[in-house]
Amino acid sequence: MASNSVSSTVPMPSQAAPWLRRLAVTVLAVVASACVTINIYFPAAAAEKAADRIIDEVWQLREGAAAETPAAQGDSK
Amino acid sequence: MNLSMVLTRWCVLLCLALGGMSAVHAQGNLEIDTPAVSALRQSMQQRHAQLAPLYAAGAIGLAADGSVALRDASAIPLAQRAQANSLLAAENADRAALYREIARANGRPEWEADVRRTFAQRWIDRAQPGWYVQQGGNWVRK
Repeated sequence: MASNSVSSTVPMPSQAAPWLRRLAVTVLAVVASACVTINIYFPAAAAEKAADRIIDEVWQLREGAAAETPAAQGDSK
Repeated sequence: MNLSMVLTRWCVLLCLALGGMSAVHAQGNLEIDTPAVSALRQSMQQRHAQLAPLYAAGAIGLAADGSVALRDASAIPLAQRAQANSLLAAENADRAALYREIARANGRPEWEADVRRTFAQRWIDRAQPGWYVQQGGNWVRK
């Protein structure tokens, strides 16, 4: 889609076109595969941070932070 | 000259596309500040005032699947059991919606199960002393 809009606004010199297109395709392929790789992965650490923020709010843990800290730190089993 | 102009435009386009797609990952945060998520957080926070005594009494506990489960109905006075059950149902509906909305807010609805698993672990890890949590299929008192 992007190549259409670019080539319509900026006419490519006929000699440069083949290798330029090859370069563009290569770059696109790399970018596309990078995006796929990045996005398939579930960001577990970010999710934990988000969960903790929400749990703080739902359980109202922030006001009582001083009282809660020892219990939260020591993972008593 | 033409060539560099074309290349520059390509680079700008690609950078914009890449930047938009990976914004979430670059910041290392999950989007949780949407209206739907905020409404659920508030609803759960208000309900917690009623749920807290039930956790403390051991009547309900934090289940391994990210929900709240009835553990010991006999710890609840008979007259209040129906109300406790409807509280539980409402809480679990909110939790399910929360996990779904967080996944959706980040453009990955298929993350719902991962979000649920993460929350399940954090609810259990952060449960207060005296509360019951499900570990390895058994109820454990923290």
